[in-house]
Amino acid sequence: MRFGRRIRRTRQGDFELRLPEDERALLRNVAPQLRQLLDGDLADPSLRRLFPTAYADDAERDREYHQLVRDELAERRRASVDILLATVDETRVDEEQLLAWMGAVNDLRLVLGTRLDVSEETDPMPHPDDPDAPLLVLYGYLGYLLESIVDALGK
Amino acid sequence: MTSPAEVRDPDIEEVLETETPWIVLVWNDPINLMSYVTFVFQKLFGYSKEKATSLMMDVHEKGRAVVANGTREKCELDVFRLHEHGLWATMQQD
Repeated sequence: MRFGRRIRRTRQGDFELRLPEDERALLRNVAPQLRQLLDGDLADPSLRRLFPTAYADDAERDREYHQLVRDELAERRRASVDILLATVDETRVDEEQLLAWMGAVNDLRLVLGTRLDVSEETDPMPHPDDPDAPLLVLYGYLGYLLESIVDALGK
Repeated sequence: MTSPAEVRDPDIEEVLETETPWIVLVWNDPINLMSYVTFVFQKLFGYSKEKATSLMMDVHEKGRAVVANGTREKCELDVFRLHEHGLWATMQQD
């Protein structure tokens, strides 16, 4: 049993990552799945929240906006996943690397949340018979990890 | 003679288009964490913790908040940066 913050800013200004090996193994497993989605068809419905509407009342301008930014948005997201995977075993990361972790973990939540169709009422403790239970627990874990990252960055 | 009512400046709509300020809205969504949204507002716009928290609470409780405004070009860049961070942002003329 470990106590104290799992992710914290050090006196040197970088960040200490005290994550157990099983959590790192989980990230090594799920992050490449996001990378694969981003390398595929960006119109995949589960990526919808990663490329939101900009002009809600002007379809023509919205199309132009998406043509302009879609590749750039996808490229930045791929870069964040790659940084997470390259540093997933590290016990120290710098701020830029932790910001990439933050982005990739949030993107994973957005994709999972879209697939699970989560709402404000979604029960964070699903019933064991719920076929979505494993994904809901993963979604909950990623929320916890994201909170820890945001908390450390804000200190 | 033409009546004054018929005299129209052909550029008037274009002028309105460029001069009317745009606003950037962030909409409530069930996925993004409150702490994360607050942090993104601070990081992207340089808002204080207090201002960012108050905007986040508006999004959460009222369903949306105006987080930035300016020219169309500036707002489009703001929307892009919010989309990069996975927030549900749109823009419109005020």
